[in-house]
This record gives sequence, structure tokens and C-alpha cells, in this order.
Amino acid sequence: MYVYDEFDRAFLQERVAEFRDQVERRLAGELNEEEFKPLRLMNGVYLQLHAYMLRVCIPYGTLSARQLRAMAAVARKYDRGYGHFTTRQNIQFNWIKLAELPDAMADLAEVGIHGIQTSGNCIRNTTTDPWAGAAADEVEDPRLYAEVIRQWSTLHPEFTYLPRKFKIAITAAKHDRAAIRVHDVGLRLYKRDGKTGFEVSVGGGLGRSPYIGKTIRDFLPEEDLLSYLEAILRTYNLGGRRDNIYKARIKIQVHEMGAEAFAQKVEAEWAEIRDGALKLDKAALDAIRDRFLNPALEELEDAPAVLAAALADPDFARWHANSVAPHKAKGHAIVTLSLKPVGAPPGDATADQMDAIADLADQYAYGEIRVAHEQNLTLPYVRQKDLPALWAKLKAIGVATPNVGLISDIIACPGLDYCSLANARSIPVAQKLTERFADDARIADIGRLHLNISGCINACGHHHVGHIGILGVEKKDEEFFQITLGGKGNSKARIGELIGPAVSEGEVVDVVERLVETYLDLRTSPAETFIAAVQRLGTDPFKERAYAPR
Amino acid sequence: MPLVKNGAPAEDLFTTVADDAALPDGPVLVSAERFLKEADTLVARNGEIGVLWPNARDVAELKPYLSRLSVVALTFPKFRDGRAYSQARLLRERYGFKGELRAVGNVLRDQALMMARAGFDAFAFEKAADAEAFNTALATYSHFYQPTGDGRATARDVRVAHAGVAPVEG
Amino acid sequence: MTSPLQRKLKIAGPTVVTANRLADGAVVWLSATGGWTDRIGTAAVGATSDEVLRLLDIAHGDENTAVGAYPAPVRIGADGTIEPANLRERIRAGGPTVALPTGVLPAAAAKAA
Repeated sequence: MYVYDEFDRAFLQERVAEFRDQVERRLAGELNEEEFKPLRLMNGVYLQLHAYMLRVCIPYGTLSARQLRAMAAVARKYDRGYGHFTTRQNIQFNWIKLAELPDAMADLAEVGIHGIQTSGNCIRNTTTDPWAGAAADEVEDPRLYAEVIRQWSTLHPEFTYLPRKFKIAITAAKHDRAAIRVHDVGLRLYKRDGKTGFEVSVGGGLGRSPYIGKTIRDFLPEEDLLSYLEAILRTYNLGGRRDNIYKARIKIQVHEMGAEAFAQKVEAEWAEIRDGALKLDKAALDAIRDRFLNPALEELEDAPAVLAAALADPDFARWHANSVAPHKAKGHAIVTLSLKPVGAPPGDATADQMDAIADLADQYAYGEIRVAHEQNLTLPYVRQKDLPALWAKLKAIGVATPNVGLISDIIACPGLDYCSLANARSIPVAQKLTERFADDARIADIGRLHLNISGCINACGHHHVGHIGILGVEKKDEEFFQITLGGKGNSKARIGELIGPAVSEGEVVDVVERLVETYLDLRTSPAETFIAAVQRLGTDPFKERAYAPR
Repeated sequence: MPLVKNGAPAEDLFTTVADDAALPDGPVLVSAERFLKEADTLVARNGEIGVLWPNARDVAELKPYLSRLSVVALTFPKFRDGRAYSQARLLRERYGFKGELRAVGNVLRDQALMMARAGFDAFAFEKAADAEAFNTALATYSHFYQPTGDGRATARDVRVAHAGVAPVEG
Repeated sequence: MTSPLQRKLKIAGPTVVTANRLADGAVVWLSATGGWTDRIGTAAVGATSDEVLRLLDIAHGDENTAVGAYPAPVRIGADGTIEPANLRERIRAGGPTVALPTGVLPAAAAKAA
């Protein structure tokens, strides 16, 4: 992973000192709330229903065991002993006092982590594949470029007061695990004639007006990455709408101008700056590449005997089937830790669990942990021969539910239990669904199915791109839920279709179960996934059954 | 409106003149509309001229006049409206404007360093305390990741100077 | 800005003014005895638009103690108790409706294991 140098560390210290001064001025009344709010947001500090919330960035999803322990310590010392992993490779602490925030930030800065630009109308944490550097289907490690973008975008003097927030995601693998098409800018790394570059899409996003990003450049050579991004951001900063907060994202600008006209404007701006100071020559890239310390993996063979023996245990085999993914290095595997135990809030981890996971990462995974947008954790470098022992230890701390990628691996926002924007609660719905779908054999039979829940139209739970999406709405102080079907978040991203009127909180689990039963009845074989069946059949047969009178 | 110029408190020598008012002697600041309508007479006038430029208008329109303008004042209607940062960089870095680039409107100390990095050298603060804290605010950071036209050393400059030092887990 | 004399506020019943305390974000209500309280039972209740507007003016004048003040509907019990009248305000007053995670193995996971 990237190791901070003196420069990065000194910068973080200065950031903490600046925020400490701003908090003091706010508490002394020298800054009013209107002036202070954007400043605290730019440090990841929200004011939620019950308390301040601190959102801490996990840059492109990579964490060291030491950093995870520091998060556990912050959870214990300043919060209530747990944290919530989000869909954008961040962690949130829900109960921190404003007056104590500078100290919490100083503690995190000690290990090189922070909440800078995890909120506010600026360039947010660049996200990428949680399996970066390990995935078997990867072209190159995208984290180098994510780090290049982190540095360029951090406190960018021109782009800190944009019309609205701005999210960038990169993938470098055949399978897009970073949902790049639903980001303001999506970068797909690939090689053309031996040269590394990017397909660039703009204007994707969920929320109130969901859009799939449009490609504006087929191939951007790597050395031009920053100048091209600067051209996009300048076009947006000068031309994006500021008259209406709901129309201020770049997706609206792209939509209103048309992707082609937008691309032309960007290209014209880029022509002026592409050979300037942002050019990423070899020295510039190497200076950052050299600071990535990647583990020296042992030379091992695939499928060791101890693993083959363990696979005879059906429980282990079931977990292995959905939680273990192929690695680019022989004899190794990528292990996903489910933060979706039955009956618990999706994505939450206690301080004790974080410490235990950090210890296991040290023991079994070269001290490195990843955070996935599905709100799970990943150990990217595990020896296959260690899998049985690791599994037993993961089970003991409640992170080995064999449901990764299955119906109970639910993405959910915090909803009305925490969030000041929410209209309905997400967590209780997720809890009830995981309880209904608690049978490991049954969910394995249902197979791959992404179920996403958002507590309001802002879509933090990515309901639009769930195979089944659930959106909470409020009618006369009662919670209702709209159901969408057929959404996808990968490289063939599409927005789910609303299947009918919203249903009450009491009905939502039954409706989901009827959708699943419809699939089980109509699938051609167990090899046909839920989403494939929806695409083949259309939504009509599902709608009919979902709303059938009981 | 306490003015800070080149890092020190400064007296504002420019009189802001309404569009329908006669021009007084001495340095004046006029609106973009008036400036463009009367540009030829204004730049020929004996006395410094400045223009108050709105943040929704393309600064490229100013290109023919930049060498004759003493001040371009860019506006921040709300400090959260950051269009003038881009305008400032274009004026300085692309069009080579050498005169005073003044930030006006909702100008606060917490944005002063970013404004300076974008090319502003004069700041019409709303609060006297912010004007007094200007130099402290500018010293908030000594480390910058990305290049602008301000000439401050960036991460890359520092690192290339220290190339070859191996990273340690820290 | 509309003149304070012209302002109208639609209220449907007894209403309190609530906000979050600046220093720690805790939920507070404008108190009947002046200042802020963390117990809704001691909140000042307005029955008319004018009364609630007056409470809001007091609250907005104290933004350095509590931020984001707004009117919230309440129900008054027969014995005079004050209770939040909608789900959002019930959650603000009573905390999350789900158990907070604890321990190395959350209770729910232990149950499932």
C-alpha cells in the first residue's frame, strides 16, 4: 500500500491544526454556522439526527492493520465502540462531539488517515476495485492512479467550491467492481498497443436523477490523466448549474449540453493545458509508484492438500464458494469478510471486531485490509493453505456469514435511524430481510442477487443499481417502500425499473420473497441468475406475482 | 471593507462608479457592461481603470484590454460559489494578466490561501478580523500537492529533490 | 426577506422548537424556562403560529448554543406529558430504533451462529 512520506504527514498535521482553529472559532462564536458548515463538511463532519458524524476516508479502499486499529481506538475513545463502512470506501463514526473532533482527527493523522473531502462540494475520495493489486482479471494496479488523483485533488484551490460534490472511480479489471458508470467521472484503465490509458466517462450518478455515465474519450494516455481531469473540472466549475441544488451535479450539465458538446468543450480546454505542469512523466509517476510497498508473496502452488481436505466440510465449502475469489498469484486467494450477519445493521463493525480483523490481517494477509463498496471488508493476500484456519477465526468474530454476493449481502444506508436527510428507516428492513433469508442453503440456491436499500431519494444505498432495489418514502408519517427491479452496477450498468406502488413496512419482506419465488419458478436452470431471468422475462411476470392478492 | 493587498493592509484607491454616473477623476472601478460598452474611451482615459467582473461571464472577453486594466475584481456572491477561482487562474495563467486581481464579495480568511493560489493578490474582506489574520491564514499550509501558476513548491518538486529515499512503514 | 410581521407559519397543533447542541450535536429543545433542554418534557410548547414564531426567533438568536432550529409537532398527553408527534422526531428523542453493535460478536450474529 501507499506509504505516506514526510510531505504527506506534514500536510495532514497542518490540516488538523487548521480544523482545530476553525472549531475553536466556531465554539467562540467568531464563525457562524453558515460559514462553518462547509468547512466542517470538507473535513467529513456532518450533523446528523442525534450527534455529529465523522466520515473518514479509506483512500481507494486500502487500509493497514495499524490504521484499522487506530479506527477501533477512535471508535472506543470518542464514539460508542463501533463504526459503519459506507458504499464509497469510507467509515463513519456516529457519535463524536464537535469539541473532541480535532483530537480524534489528530489520532487518525498519526497513522495517515483523515476525513478530508469526504463531504462538501469538492472532489471526493477516489474509489476503486477492492481487489486492486490482487485480482486475477486485472490489467494493472489502479491504486497508483487513484493515489495520483488523491494528491492532485487534495485541497485543489480551484475545485474546492464546486457546484456540487464530485466523485471519481477507477477500475482496471475485466469485471468492474467499482461501479464506475454511476460516478461523475468513471475511468476504465486498459492497454492499447502496449500503452496504459483510460476510457473516460462522465455524468453518471444515482440520487434523484439517475444517469449512466457517457464515454467522452475512448483512450486517454496515462500521462494526460490529470490535465484531462482538470479540463473536465474547469468546464464543470464554470458551467455547472448553481441555481438549483438538485440540478447542480455534472450529470445534469452533461445531459443538458449533450455528451458530445460537453466533450468538445473539455477537449478545447484540455488542448490549452495538456502539455503544462500536470503532465505525468515517468519521474512523476515513479515518485508515487515507489511509495507503494506491496507484499512479497510466497511462491506457492494452487489447491494445497489442506484446502482440498477442508472443502469436504459443507459449511466451509459454502463459505469458500462465495467469500473466496481467485488471486493473480498462485497459491493465494482474496477473502471477503461479510459485515452482513443475520439481524445486524449492514456494514457495521465493532471496535473489538476491527481489532480482531487487524490481528488476522497481520497473521494471515500481510497486514492489509480492503473496504468494498458492498460494505464488506476484504483480505487481499491470503495463502490458500491458511483458508481453513482463517475461516474458523473469522467465524468466531461474526464475519464469516456465507452470504457474499447473495440476497442477504444487503447494501443499505444508515436511514432514518441516524440520517437527517432520510425519509424512512433502512436498517430494520435489512434486518428483517436477513432474518427471512437466513437459511444458508436456501440463499445459496437463490444465487447471486444484489439487494440494495436507500432511506431516501439521495440513494446512498444504491437502490437504483440493485437487482432488487428498495427505496424508503414517507406518506403521512408512515414508512413506505418502492421496489425497483433489474438494476445493475457493473460495466453494463443500468437503472432498475419501478414495479408498482410503494408497499408498507409490514409488506416489504413478503414482496421481496414473492419476487424471489417468481424467479425460482421461472428460471431455466439454477445457472440462470436472478438478474438474467429478469432481463430475459422482463419485469411483468414479477410485478404480477409481487402484487398478487394473498 | 478592509482591503489587503500584497499581504498588507491597503487603502482602496479605486472608486466604484455606478453605470449611469459621471466618472470622477482618479482610479475607478466600473461594471463589466459599462466597461465593454465604453472600453475604448475608458482605457484611453487619464487615470487607472478597473472592472468588476461577474462570475458567470467568460473572462476571455477581457483579453483585448488586459494590458490596460489596473484591476480586475472577481466576485464571490457566496463564498461557496467558486467560479471565480477558475476565472482567476485563466486570467493569470492563460491570458497573462499582470495587474491587481481582487477578490470581492463574501471573502473570508478560510478561503484566502486558495484564492492566493488561484492568482488573487488583493482581498476585500468582509470582517476586519479576517483582514488582520490574513498572513496567518496564508501560512496555514506549507505543503501543496498540485501546481497552479502561483509558483509555490509542490509535492513533486520536494520529492524529486529527495528522490531515492526508500519508504519505510510509518 | 419577508417582514417578521408578515411571516406565517402553518402549524397543525402543539409545536416545540428543536435543534442540535453545537458542542456535541445532542438533540435539544427550547425550554419553557429559557435556554435549551435535553428533555422534551420540559420544552416550551407553542399553540399558535405567532407563539411558535416567537420561539423560533429566540432559537435562531442563539445559534452559538444550538444549531439548525426548526418547529416540530408534539402531542400533549392527558397528564400534560409532551411527546414527539412523528417518527423522525420520535427517533431524535429516543435514539436509533435498532440496537447499537457491541462486543466482538454482535448478539444477533451470535444468535445466528
